[in-house]
Amino acid sequence: MAKYLLLKHYRGAPASVNDVPMDQWTPEEVTAHIQYMRDFATRLAETGEFVSEQALAPQGTWVRSDGEGRPPVTDGPFAETKDLIAGWMIIDVDTYERALELAGELSAAPGAGGKPIHEWLELRPFYGAPPTVTE
Amino acid sequence: MNEALLRELVPEVIGVLVRRGAEFAAAEDAVQEALIRALETWPDDPPRDAKGWLIAAGWRKFLDAARAETSRRGRELAVEVEPAAGPVPSTDDSLWLYFLCAHPSLSPGSAVALTLRAVGGLTTRQIAAAYLAPEATMAQRISRAKKRITGVPLNQPGDLATVLRVLYLVFNEGYSGDVDLAAEAIRLTRQLAASTDEPEVSGLLALMLLHHARRASRTGSDGRLIPLAVQDRSLWDTVLITEGVEILQSALARDRLGEYQAQAAIAALHTDAPSTAETDWVQVVEWYDELLQLTDSPVVRLNRAVAVGEADGPRAGLAALTDLDPDLPRLTAARAYLHERAGVLEQAAALYAEAARVATNVPERDHLTREAARVRQLLRPAH
Repeated sequence: MAKYLLLKHYRGAPASVNDVPMDQWTPEEVTAHIQYMRDFATRLAETGEFVSEQALAPQGTWVRSDGEGRPPVTDGPFAETKDLIAGWMIIDVDTYERALELAGELSAAPGAGGKPIHEWLELRPFYGAPPTVTE
Repeated sequence: MNEALLRELVPEVIGVLVRRGAEFAAAEDAVQEALIRALETWPDDPPRDAKGWLIAAGWRKFLDAARAETSRRGRELAVEVEPAAGPVPSTDDSLWLYFLCAHPSLSPGSAVALTLRAVGGLTTRQIAAAYLAPEATMAQRISRAKKRITGVPLNQPGDLATVLRVLYLVFNEGYSGDVDLAAEAIRLTRQLAASTDEPEVSGLLALMLLHHARRASRTGSDGRLIPLAVQDRSLWDTVLITEGVEILQSALARDRLGEYQAQAAIAALHTDAPSTAETDWVQVVEWYDELLQLTDSPVVRLNRAVAVGEADGPRAGLAALTDLDPDLPRLTAARAYLHERAGVLEQAAALYAEAARVATNVPERDHLTREAARVRQLLRPAH
């Protein structure tokens, strides 16, 4: 089993095929979208492939140290130009192919007009544990 | 065996141990160990006097620990003060324990964790699960909190306002895992109300009961938020409401108003109405005015403005929202709602979408996104 991170983006990813802002959908379409994601997570929990998921608020701030005894410097958010992560799901699957398959399925969540959004998701493998030498 | 009943005894037992001379942290640890022992042995060998048993076992655990630290002193203690089972003082020591666990020197998060453990008798694992934190993290938080209040004198009256705030925080945390924190907060507030004579404690208890009574109607089966206006009022727990209103009335009769009593009065007006339209909004606004006198909090101003919108119309509500800090949570949502009521749909839809962007939790974000979508739809020309 290997873990993969599925990253959803507010901005920064290429535009999706069915690219309509959510507030332009009907309330039923919003509900269907949320339900699809919920069902997806439930199904993965049942197959033992779900690890965790979190949604992130869009308000990000850049922070860096300004030296000892001084308050940290904050700037941004630079959301207009930078990538903005909306949330993630971590899955634990047998193969890379399975991870691709699941990412594709999640990307097909329904959007405006009840049609799949086909949004771009980022799929990133976790580093694994080093192999046991004595095996 | 009734685990809830066992937990009831925890603060009193810790109290007795401390009164006998144990440090708070040591007493708390000893009682936790005694509890574990009770859970193991009571099913086969139930004690005649549960409290006496716990005090004896807790005291023995305390002595064991003290012995491990300083064996000579421990031996002396064991010889001299080996506890006799039997009658225990009936004075309730749990009150000062509330004050100690909510000591102003603790951060709210630490005070909550310590209260749940020492007063509530929850295990570290249960508290960690309720707050979705790793158990090791929660154990550290609790042990740091205990260190911090080491040496705080126990005869100090303490700050009741801090205690009430801690209980309110526990209540707000809702439920997850196998511990329903809202129910736990109610249980603890009941205990506190039984051991102190202060209308604000009753006010907080009434507030919790009145909110708790509406819980089933507040979220749909799919987890979505259901606003007050469209809640199924037949799901409200009328027994809890009746109890809450009675407690509130006897508190108000004592004529020492405080913020929790005022909040409970507003909650009572909501539970009393057959629908949002038939709610006595004028009186709700009056209670918000009282509340403002007591707290002058921006959140109260915001909620008051929404009530003004119902009592005197959305324009008046919007006027009451001016001057508020634009970063105040839910301000944009309130403005969106009042704009919609005023018939300014284009702006309402934009504000709902904006409110969804700044929402602080997922159910709220989803709800506001749906509201934005709903108002956008009203704007579309009919096909």
